[in-house]
Amino acid sequence: MTTAATTAHEGTGSPYALSHLDALESEAVHIFREVAGEFENPVILFSGGKDSIVMLHLALKAFTPAPVPFSLLHVDTGHNFPEVLEYRDRTVERHRLRLHVASVQDYIDRGVLKERPDGTRNPLQTLPLTEKIQAEKFDAVFGGGRRDEEKARAKERVFSLRDEFSQWDPRRQRPELWNLYNGRHAPGEHVRVFPLSNWTELDVWQYIAREGIELPQIYFAHEREVFQRAGMWLTAGEWGGPKDGETVEKRLVRYRTVGDMSCTGAVDSDATTLDAVIAEIAASRLTERGATRADDKLSEAAMEDRKREGYF
Amino acid sequence: MSTTTTEKLSATTLLRFATAGSVDDGKSTLVGRLLHDSKSVLTDQLEAVERASASRGQEGPDLALLTDGLRAEREQGITIDVAYRYFATPRRRFILADTPGHVQYTRNMVTGASTAELTVVLVDARNGVVEQTRRHAAIAALLRVPHVVLAVNKMDLVEYRESVFAAIAEEFTAYALELGVPEVTAIPISALAGDNVVEPSAHMDWYGGPTVLEHLETVPVSHDLAHCHARLPVQYVIRPQTAEHPDYRGYAGQIAAGTFRVGERVTVLPSGRTSRISGIDVLGRAVQEAWTTQSVTVLLEDDVDVSRGDLLVPTQDAPPITQDVEATVCHVADQPLTVGHRVLIKHGTRTVKAIVKDIPSRLTLDDLSLHPHPGQLAANDIGRVKIRTAEPLPVDSYADSRRTGSFILIDPSDGTTLTAGMVGESFASPEPVKDPAEDDGWDF
Repeated sequence: MTTAATTAHEGTGSPYALSHLDALESEAVHIFREVAGEFENPVILFSGGKDSIVMLHLALKAFTPAPVPFSLLHVDTGHNFPEVLEYRDRTVERHRLRLHVASVQDYIDRGVLKERPDGTRNPLQTLPLTEKIQAEKFDAVFGGGRRDEEKARAKERVFSLRDEFSQWDPRRQRPELWNLYNGRHAPGEHVRVFPLSNWTELDVWQYIAREGIELPQIYFAHEREVFQRAGMWLTAGEWGGPKDGETVEKRLVRYRTVGDMSCTGAVDSDATTLDAVIAEIAASRLTERGATRADDKLSEAAMEDRKREGYF
Repeated sequence: MSTTTTEKLSATTLLRFATAGSVDDGKSTLVGRLLHDSKSVLTDQLEAVERASASRGQEGPDLALLTDGLRAEREQGITIDVAYRYFATPRRRFILADTPGHVQYTRNMVTGASTAELTVVLVDARNGVVEQTRRHAAIAALLRVPHVVLAVNKMDLVEYRESVFAAIAEEFTAYALELGVPEVTAIPISALAGDNVVEPSAHMDWYGGPTVLEHLETVPVSHDLAHCHARLPVQYVIRPQTAEHPDYRGYAGQIAAGTFRVGERVTVLPSGRTSRISGIDVLGRAVQEAWTTQSVTVLLEDDVDVSRGDLLVPTQDAPPITQDVEATVCHVADQPLTVGHRVLIKHGTRTVKAIVKDIPSRLTLDDLSLHPHPGQLAANDIGRVKIRTAEPLPVDSYADSRRTGSFILIDPSDGTTLTAGMVGESFASPEPVKDPAEDDGWDF
């Protein structure tokens, strides 16, 4: 771990100034501890993506040497990258965590949800997530959402109250002052909590490098059979690609975000190390969602609409 | 990229700052230019803004669309809520709370200023200091934001005249200092033309100071901690009770102010029990000394009773314990705050029942006029309140400690955040809001 906090920064003042990563880490840890102190049954949304991996890492540090007082919840779209599922199971095992799974495939098999014509399952996650929260009586649900990701997320509170249908009402949010979070909620309601609210994509990667956090290999450049759809490289697979007229080719790619295989695109990259990834992001002229997420290209308010309905 | 470059990138500090102003002052243009010229606006975001601007028939990209994230905001063309923006230069990472400037959004400005170390107040060089400017200065003073930047904008429309800038800067600085703002930096800019925002102006040779971005990059972000009262609100007790750590009992929290050292005598408030710090862990790493705003776990020599809601303080520097809190508040809820209102007060990590005993005055921030005994405070009102708490609280004056001198009031029936409170006098000096009728001070 770095001791950057103790080194004076030229021109910016005192030896007591924290580095920006130390400041963000401390803020996130404070949020985890507030939830542990005020809620009965919190859960961390864990997808195996880098943001949820960083969340878990912060939670582990926040309560060391005691175990994390939260369980994990994975909303499984059924279109997962095998490397990510393997990582998830290994992590659960290593830290002796309890994992809940809400399965979109189950809902489709039971006929409750219907496959969309475009094959994208991201919007289908909301119902299984909401019903799992209700069934398990989770009162605080940690999400890895960051305000820099998307403009509706930029308006989200750190503690975001949801009704029994998990709905978000952006016009009725509680003002958040100082670091005094208000987690009051009625029975049946819950609070979504975003410890990484103030982090950027670059912060997340710098923190991963500083802390030596292991990631699924798909975040680094590798050869993969992909095809192009809507300007993105998608992985060929059983979920429904490629269609007629789309041709598969082998390319050197990596993923910037990890979600449902049907709507998460890879980017051309030769970044095989953390340093190379950080250099690539620092030089990138596209946001990670703009580059890799079909679900956010649906409309200008796509994310706001999904969030209102109870999405992450 | 080499490892050393990565380390250099990591070893920057973080500055939280707020901007207050309206579209008319050119605030969106200033924010847009800071983001754009520091290359924090990425191509897909800019293209989205260009598409949206064009579909509204606007010429050129409307940079306000970068921050107006909600459908209602875009439809109405106004900023309703605080928008947080993130950008970085090689020297520093920035978190910008972009807040709307009109009086009906005072609560949003207060929210943005509550965590800000610096506020940028925008003035139109043609109009000079107006009511809104005075309100923004008052909010910065009230929230004790350590640094205030006066950005005198649209200098291009007054032929970049030094005399115009100097007169506005002098008037504003005098007003702000009188309210107790510790430091004002005035900068003549044209956000539209780019003068002195990121790049130095070619039109104002008479100005020798920094650009806005240079100032943001170099302003000190922490105070002289030796003079701060050390405070640690306990969030959580860490007790692993495992074979490896059978007796570990650590008090976890984020240091709200000052520094703590191993060996120091500390008092637990409100109980008053004392002990000595036997160890400090910073997220698993043992240290001898820790300071604000680190999240730490403190171990004590004695097995004293400490739980969530308690405050650890140096024994020789403990705050007073009181059940009667007098404060300046900003009312943030749509339902009013009334005398006799039964509420919850959240102070640090402790939440207790309380009752609003009195609302001695309401304050108009535009001219600092006082309205005695208003009976209630409505949304966006600033006022003085007296609160009686069900249990004693260790409160500092907000002037001494922003984190342990602040609180929120919560409606116990529906959980609404009602009011943001700052303990003690409203402004540093003189005391323009002192109600002469009240002379009963703190009840210790």
